[in-house]
Amino acid sequence: MTPLLEVKNLHVSYSVRAGEVCPALAGVHFDVRPEEILGVLGESGSGKSTLAASLLRLLPSNGKIQQGSALFEGHNLLESSSRDLRKIRGGRIGLIFQEPSSSLHPSLQVGQQVSDVLTAHETLNRRALAEKTSQLLASVFPIDTERISRSYPHELSGGQRQRVLIAQAIACGPSLVIADEPTASLDPTTQQEILQLFFALRQKFGLAIILITHNPALLADLADRILVLYAGRVAEIGPSAQVLSSPRHPYTAALLRCLPSNLAERQIVRKPRLHVIPGDPPDLSLHRSGCQFEPRCTERMEVCKSNAPAAALVSELHDVACFKFAG
Amino acid sequence: MQPLLKVDNLVKYYPVRKSARAKDKIAAIDGVSLSIAPQTTLALVGESGSGKSSLALCIACLEPPTSGSIWFEGIDIAALDENQQRLLRPQIQLVFQDPASSLNPRWTALEIVSEPFLVQPRFTQQERDNKTLQLLDRVAIPRKLASRRPDELSGGQKQRLAIARALALEPKLIILDEALSALDCSVQAQISNLLFELQSSLGLSYLFITHDFAMAAHLADQIAVMHRGRIVESGPPEKILSSPNHEATRSLLAATPRLSESPSELVHF
Repeated sequence: MTPLLEVKNLHVSYSVRAGEVCPALAGVHFDVRPEEILGVLGESGSGKSTLAASLLRLLPSNGKIQQGSALFEGHNLLESSSRDLRKIRGGRIGLIFQEPSSSLHPSLQVGQQVSDVLTAHETLNRRALAEKTSQLLASVFPIDTERISRSYPHELSGGQRQRVLIAQAIACGPSLVIADEPTASLDPTTQQEILQLFFALRQKFGLAIILITHNPALLADLADRILVLYAGRVAEIGPSAQVLSSPRHPYTAALLRCLPSNLAERQIVRKPRLHVIPGDPPDLSLHRSGCQFEPRCTERMEVCKSNAPAAALVSELHDVACFKFAG
Repeated sequence: MQPLLKVDNLVKYYPVRKSARAKDKIAAIDGVSLSIAPQTTLALVGESGSGKSSLALCIACLEPPTSGSIWFEGIDIAALDENQQRLLRPQIQLVFQDPASSLNPRWTALEIVSEPFLVQPRFTQQERDNKTLQLLDRVAIPRKLASRRPDELSGGQKQRLAIARALALEPKLIILDEALSALDCSVQAQISNLLFELQSSLGLSYLFITHDFAMAAHLADQIAVMHRGRIVESGPPEKILSSPNHEATRSLLAATPRLSESPSELVHF
């Protein structure tokens, strides 16, 4: 199957202080297939938000794409002209940010804000515009559509605002939606509803979704494949069930062991300590060679200090960047 | 054993601002009773808007309750006047969800942690400095970071700082209002281990407010489930998890994302 998005050897860096360059992504390589949900799992500083921003060329001014390519529907996103990008952003690729209240205009009704997205990309007469807007809102708010359409962001709950952002993201029938921590500020019930909505919209509109999160448990029932990002590199990518139940990369395994034990199987032992990953995430501005996880890894070998591991196929569709599996 | 904290039929109304009638009120807390034994942890679990944080503010003497009583070591703190409350507040400290917004961005780590000593003057400058450095050691912040400002620290370090500040006046009860929710999984594990360690070495009690059932079950001796201003169910974690009685508990449990296998038993090649 031809991938919908194919990212190859992506290098992005930020200039932090005069002359000092910090590599945020170093050689990121993955693809997204049509109608697939790809979970991107990473902790603070792993480069997951940089990944989303660089695909749509929305990096802050000190960020620079140094090399690589990102092929999407025949365009290399990293080299597209700003005219093409305007069509792609919001048109072919929808983007949803973490904080819904800061991505909505506080003094415009949300129905207006959804129809603004349509106006930016399509030529519609007033009637068609109104109709399409209310259809979009109805697909995320099955009840009370009319009232919500006339509401201002502050009159809505966090979950409702997130739904408005989703309506905006799917407004122009994109083939890919990138959602950066879309449920981080929501309580579990609302979080579950939003995730189910993503699932339903994928079916209905044939969307591919890149879902960026730091919470592995969120991806368990939702993602088809999971990409684990550590220090700007792909540690592991593979089918969701395999990555979560038999992680191959030492980092993924260590991360999953940090979670409090499964609710149903809670042991009677009072107050067990949780596993932690020893050490701290690496300071990327030091440009150390070798595997980035080596200082914290419990299974490090001599070779890990000096060489960076390349991705090795451990089973079908499952790539791991670790010397345990290389050669 | 006498409970450290006992909340009795507590009610907190907030006025409805937009209402035409001045008398209209919202009951944020609608008759809550709970108790926390010394050196134990009570987790308060509930959806957004269920009244968890209002309850925390009442217990910390930051909001006056409408009615009911809050017994802390046998004293009804809801009935105290402002001056008496000020003497009591050091005993009950708060740690909030977002460390970035609860730490002054222009202060160094050292200044942040030593602020409680200025508010409640008890020590000389020399003693203050010593105590502050000891607090940083306690929460495992290297002393070389003492002169950094919050934006130069990681999320986990900022939360450690907020915990150190809460410990400064040697409280008996710490209210952790979603204190782990904003952190990465691996950092949550570190901070929860730190909380256990502090509890056993300092004899602290925690009121742990969260919507994460998994973490509540891990940290707490007792769980109370809050729904629409009331506590609808409470008991030890094993009981709440294995046989939830109330609909609100069941729906929260069902919504908690989980991995299908216990992570501690993951196959590790």
